[in-house]
Amino acid sequence: MTTRFEREAQPESLLLNMGPSHPAMHGTIRIMLELDGERVLSSEVEIGYLHRGFEKTCENKSYFNLLIYTDRLNYVSPLINNLGYVMAVEKLCGLVVPEKAQIIRVLMSELSRVSDHLTALAAMAMESGAFTVFLYKMKAREFLWDVIEQTTGARMTTSYIRIGGVRADLHADFAGACRRAVAETHKVLKDVHGLLDKNKIFLDRTRDIAVMSRADAVSYGWTGPCLRSTGIPYDIRKARPYLLYDRLDFEVPVGERGDNYDRYMVRMKEMDQSLRLIEQCVGLLEKMPAASTADGLAPAEAIRMARGQKPVRPVILSPNLEGADRTVQPEIYAAAPGYVLPPKDETYTTMEGLINHFGYFMKGHGIRPPRGEVYFSVEGGNGELGYYIVSDGTDRPYRLHLRAPCFHVVAALEQLIRGRLIADIIPTFGSMNMIGGELDR
Amino acid sequence: MSGNFVTTRFNAALGWARKFSLFHYPYVTACCGMEYMSTACAHFDIDRFGAGWTRFSPRQSDLILVVGTIPHKLAPVLKTVYDQMTEPKWVIAFGACTLSGGIYDNYAVVQGIDQIIPVDIYIPGCPPRPEMVLDGLLKLQQKIQTSEPDWRWKKKKS
Amino acid sequence: MEEEKILDALRQACPDAVLSAEVSLGDAVAVIRGESLTAVAEFLRGAPLSLTFLLDLTCVHHPGRVEAFEMVYHFLSLDTNARIRIKAGLPAENPEIASLTGMWKNASWLEREVFDMFGVRFAGHPDLRRLLLYEGFEGHPLRKDYPLRKRQPRIPLRKAETK
Repeated sequence: MTTRFEREAQPESLLLNMGPSHPAMHGTIRIMLELDGERVLSSEVEIGYLHRGFEKTCENKSYFNLLIYTDRLNYVSPLINNLGYVMAVEKLCGLVVPEKAQIIRVLMSELSRVSDHLTALAAMAMESGAFTVFLYKMKAREFLWDVIEQTTGARMTTSYIRIGGVRADLHADFAGACRRAVAETHKVLKDVHGLLDKNKIFLDRTRDIAVMSRADAVSYGWTGPCLRSTGIPYDIRKARPYLLYDRLDFEVPVGERGDNYDRYMVRMKEMDQSLRLIEQCVGLLEKMPAASTADGLAPAEAIRMARGQKPVRPVILSPNLEGADRTVQPEIYAAAPGYVLPPKDETYTTMEGLINHFGYFMKGHGIRPPRGEVYFSVEGGNGELGYYIVSDGTDRPYRLHLRAPCFHVVAALEQLIRGRLIADIIPTFGSMNMIGGELDR
Repeated sequence: MSGNFVTTRFNAALGWARKFSLFHYPYVTACCGMEYMSTACAHFDIDRFGAGWTRFSPRQSDLILVVGTIPHKLAPVLKTVYDQMTEPKWVIAFGACTLSGGIYDNYAVVQGIDQIIPVDIYIPGCPPRPEMVLDGLLKLQQKIQTSEPDWRWKKKKS
Repeated sequence: MEEEKILDALRQACPDAVLSAEVSLGDAVAVIRGESLTAVAEFLRGAPLSLTFLLDLTCVHHPGRVEAFEMVYHFLSLDTNARIRIKAGLPAENPEIASLTGMWKNASWLEREVFDMFGVRFAGHPDLRRLLLYEGFEGHPLRKDYPLRKRQPRIPLRKAETK
């Protein structure tokens, strides 16, 4: 059975398949090329090789359980996906999140954004032959992931941002660790600027290659760094500020020509802005008074005391539950008992806490938003990451749809590579930052 | 098996040579790919175990690292790539999705790549930490060292 | 409020197309007839509203209703930052609606995905075939009557043996 592509191809041209498994590290996309020598006459992009049934699975999981699936959508910036989903549900339920939790959310999402751009540009550079840039950026990413791991417990798929707040409070040395990681990242970015910005080979491969006009970018639904590289300064953090973005000080870098080099440069400059935001958030956190459990009970003693009465002093929790106790609960979680977990020391020492905890996870109970639908979007690493949730009042979403930013960006790939050489496909595709989990869902 | 001193020493030498010069084909699809990149880079360096160089052609590699979820749409491609590899070849299933479908128990995902190709080492985790990956690699190296090479060049039934 | 103004303008321009229009949770939502999608989209796209950006296009399946498939469109204006959600109901048998590929280039892939997952056809789409699933897959998975775990393997699966 011949496909449309084969039928419409010219008889003298060569059909080449850049199959789903190929070295351009983005993994699973298939580009069928019609070539005249090295020049691409036309192409067809086939996606869906990482379709994991996210939307159907989410209809069968409770609102809390499906949080882990959102981590694995845009897996290079997992906290931003968590954030988008959680804020959509909070909009539906009308929850208000306390300020410290908002600052932590902004901080985590900017850390994720930096690691997203680092990974995207590292892969783009490596595929173009600049292997050193890949190693340097991965080194910077490890520093950032160390900070994320110390706070959330996991390097990548964290599920840290929860409905109503965040999972746990920050540890004591967070500000110092964060500042060290930011300083290291600045050093790495300076090195990379020196290696690539004026590099003749890199410029030849990316300048004026795969130019996207503004009208076409809007028609294709491009958002994020790719849209900003064409000159349109649309950023959800400025246009529809959520969390604290209207109070923080940052710029939105914009390109001129919409070619590969501009997409690279916009991402590099956005990383500088994100690091600036992180420093501001750390400053805000340092000004807030820290709750301390220095005079607390040891866990075994607290449980023994709980048999007779409610423990009056705070409990020092074990390291894996740290940051989720009663003293920090008002700062990191909204005051909405049906929607958030009770603090850990109450769960283990009081009957009400245990029942609330149990009810939260029981099938048919737990988070049950009111009937209705909502659409909420955040600025993801690739652009507008939107969640459309339809709720029918039960503990499972009736429909959950993800507006994936790179879906629209990759839809334009066929147009961008038409008429170019095969070697141009690699930096073009790399500059688009296709993430399979988000593209195919 | 023959207990001849020469052949056991020769097998040991062959195992030693094979295990410390693994060329791997990273069949990267999803999130585990990020941890694969971390393992391959300077912090956790897979190159110190001899398995550093990626060979992006199945013909030139002897280890296929299946990294990330394999949906049914991609299954024939994985089978083709595995069939194209030349003997001796080993398979590492990297990440929960390749072991058993992971958290995705639905219409789209293969519930474990051992339903498609035979697997030597299973590395659990979602995603596995780079140290776990290196541990899995060391276990594979031990397996290669102690396995008997097949002198009759019999085709492996898979 | 800005959302109210957009809905008023829409109600005035296409009075028989709009079935209901309200502001829900801060979003402007309008339910229109399926047949008038092209007219409504043309109006929204032009001045003065200039909602020139097609953000998203998806579908929701309600098996109990007469209009079982509900198409949902999100439009955005980059200049004024206004957004609107347009919903159109389609019948359960042979759901079909006009395609927006003439007006927006990303509609091509978005509509292919809705066809793939729900089976809704788009009149005027140049190349309507499956996008995320493979040729030979039977059924449309995001419909409520498709079981979650019904697998259709492409190659025969082997029984894993312990080595």
